[in-house]
Amino acid sequence: MSATGGMKRQQRVNSALVNGILIVICILWLVPALGVFVTSFRQSKDIFGSGWWTVLPHKQYVEKGEIKLPDTVDVTGSFEVEGVTTTFEELRNGVTLSDGRQLTWFGNRRTRLIKVAEQQWVGFGANLTLDNYKNVLTGKEIKFKDASGQEILRKGNNLGTAFLNSVAVAVPATIIPILIAAFCAYGFAWLNFPGRKFFFTIVVAMLVVPLQIALVPILQDYTKLNLNGTFLAIWLAHTGFGLPLAIYILFNYISTLPRDILESAFIDGASAFTIFTQLILPLSVPALASFAIFQFLWVWNDYLVALVFLGDQNRVVTSALAAIVGEKGADWHLLTSGAFISMMLPLAVFFALQRFFVRGLTAGSVKG
Amino acid sequence: MTSSEIPKRSSGPLAWLATGIGQILASIFVPILTFIVLWQGFIFLRDNKAPQIVMVLVAILWGVGGVALLYWVANWLVEKLPESIRHTIQPFIFVGPALAILAWFLAIPVVRTLLLSFQDESGTTFVGLTNYVFALTDRIMLEAFRNNLLWMIFGTGLSVGLGLLIAVLADRTKLESVYKAIIFMPMAISFVGAGVIWKFMYTYKGEGAGIAEIGLINAIVLALGGKSQPWLSLAPWNNFFLIIIMVWLQTGYAMVIISSAIKGVPAELLEAARIDGATEIRAFFDVTVPYIKGTLITVTTTIIIFSLKLFDIVRVMTGGNNGTNVIANEFYLQRFTYLQTGRASAIAIILLLAVVPVMIYNLRQFGERKAF
Repeated sequence: MSATGGMKRQQRVNSALVNGILIVICILWLVPALGVFVTSFRQSKDIFGSGWWTVLPHKQYVEKGEIKLPDTVDVTGSFEVEGVTTTFEELRNGVTLSDGRQLTWFGNRRTRLIKVAEQQWVGFGANLTLDNYKNVLTGKEIKFKDASGQEILRKGNNLGTAFLNSVAVAVPATIIPILIAAFCAYGFAWLNFPGRKFFFTIVVAMLVVPLQIALVPILQDYTKLNLNGTFLAIWLAHTGFGLPLAIYILFNYISTLPRDILESAFIDGASAFTIFTQLILPLSVPALASFAIFQFLWVWNDYLVALVFLGDQNRVVTSALAAIVGEKGADWHLLTSGAFISMMLPLAVFFALQRFFVRGLTAGSVKG
Repeated sequence: MTSSEIPKRSSGPLAWLATGIGQILASIFVPILTFIVLWQGFIFLRDNKAPQIVMVLVAILWGVGGVALLYWVANWLVEKLPESIRHTIQPFIFVGPALAILAWFLAIPVVRTLLLSFQDESGTTFVGLTNYVFALTDRIMLEAFRNNLLWMIFGTGLSVGLGLLIAVLADRTKLESVYKAIIFMPMAISFVGAGVIWKFMYTYKGEGAGIAEIGLINAIVLALGGKSQPWLSLAPWNNFFLIIIMVWLQTGYAMVIISSAIKGVPAELLEAARIDGATEIRAFFDVTVPYIKGTLITVTTTIIIFSLKLFDIVRVMTGGNNGTNVIANEFYLQRFTYLQTGRASAIAIILLLAVVPVMIYNLRQFGERKAF
């Protein structure tokens, strides 16, 4: 009895330890994203002045009063105030008294004014707003306040348009390669033609080619065809770069479909095309869905291909966000709200269809 | 269109001729009509004059519908052919478009990039190995190689190690799916978005009265009595601060794959090891690790390839400055900032050569467990 009791206690300790480690890791994982999420709803003036964690209850110096030094005190050297000997320079950086109060010199040497602050609990004093989102979405003039409360006028970043462009890029760039790959995978799996093995080897070999290889020559072609900056250009590029993996995954699935179903359809006189649209596509929905999510996230989050083939024309969210980082790297109110806008759709797709996504990932690397 | 449905040779030769001509006309007319529709759509999209929502809807309809239409028309044409020819041609209707696109976007570019890498920036004069000499000896390139090595070793090592740890630990808890979802979440975030998130973590404002650090890392350092630092310009340590971002992004991937492999370890094997007196840790290293070795290799190689091709994080965070350059970023700079097509091509070829062995190893692993 005592042995099992000991083991049970041991198990409880272990379980607490395991959960503890995991909770710490999860907090480490969440905090960076949480910071951006919270910041995106704060007033721009607050963002520049204090850390995002100040929206949580915390201890903070709160001004309690001020001391006016009499004119008789010589402020060029050291002098005594509130029982401590100090200098102007020290006071400029703040002097903490033994009772926890903090003295800070206000303004220049001639003001002779010292502010007294005391630590106090401040709770949920956040002043939240949706202005950052409005400002980053629009392409019109925007207004916001900097750290000192001064109003700043800027041109908006037009992330709203970029978001729509991303939709226009990502939806066809997901469906087109899947359609083409499904036809191709079916051809490789179930139709006989000369060079089948050879072509399939080529397709698998293409898995190793990094897309940087293609950028220089394809850009030359696009310039000749006057395609740079068009949606067609980037759909084709994403189709080309996504096809090897799509064919590979779909082939692995379609080639394992039961032979008798397809054979009886052939015998009934159905053409290859009918079999594909009536049988193969409906039966392959799980594999198609897995790859669709995979490809959608990849295209939506892609930066390099969009940067190279779309440039500033039809800018997508990643490019627009990267442009804000480059031009206005310290405008955290725009960056954080922009970052969150760029993440909304993929996160929603991801959490809604996580099961399919995981299945797709494992199909790509582990025997599924 | 109805003409094609009339059974062949049902009536006299004149009717047959009529249907024949009708068929031929239709065979010519339908593809031309398809082409015109698609071309008009293309012009409409290229000129970009309608309101944006309309453009986006037309773009989606045209893109997806166009591809479906092309397949349908091509198949419709082929099915008009006599049986024997049809059988030889039809597979190519299915496989052909994919192969053509692959040839255009991947297969032929390998050769073209290889040729360009032996030419100067205008792509006209043959310069021999000059570009490769640059790519393998230039100071910036050597720095990029060193950094990619750091990314490869530490980025991959930490991602796989942490992924394995979390997978094993989470396997023993009731809240497994919650923990896993949280760690996995960054997979849905773009590198640019992750860049913003971490740039905010590392923000540095400097010292002085009344300046509050708004970046969490500096705030913590200050609270612990340290001095705030401009983390992203502290060479060579800034490389590690960037690698942390990759670990944040990739650990979820490693964890999910490893986790599903761990679930496949037979319980009897672990039970037998425990009965033999093995501790949990021994059982893990002696039973679980050998059992999931293949998966570990696949995950490791996949992340190594990822770290070799890494571009976005460096581009967004530092632009490759302050000693953080990587191969893919230098490729981008050479091609798009310095307009050195030849050098960029040489770098791309080197990247290919670096990736190929790892990928072949990866595929071989995959092939051993799943034959096709």
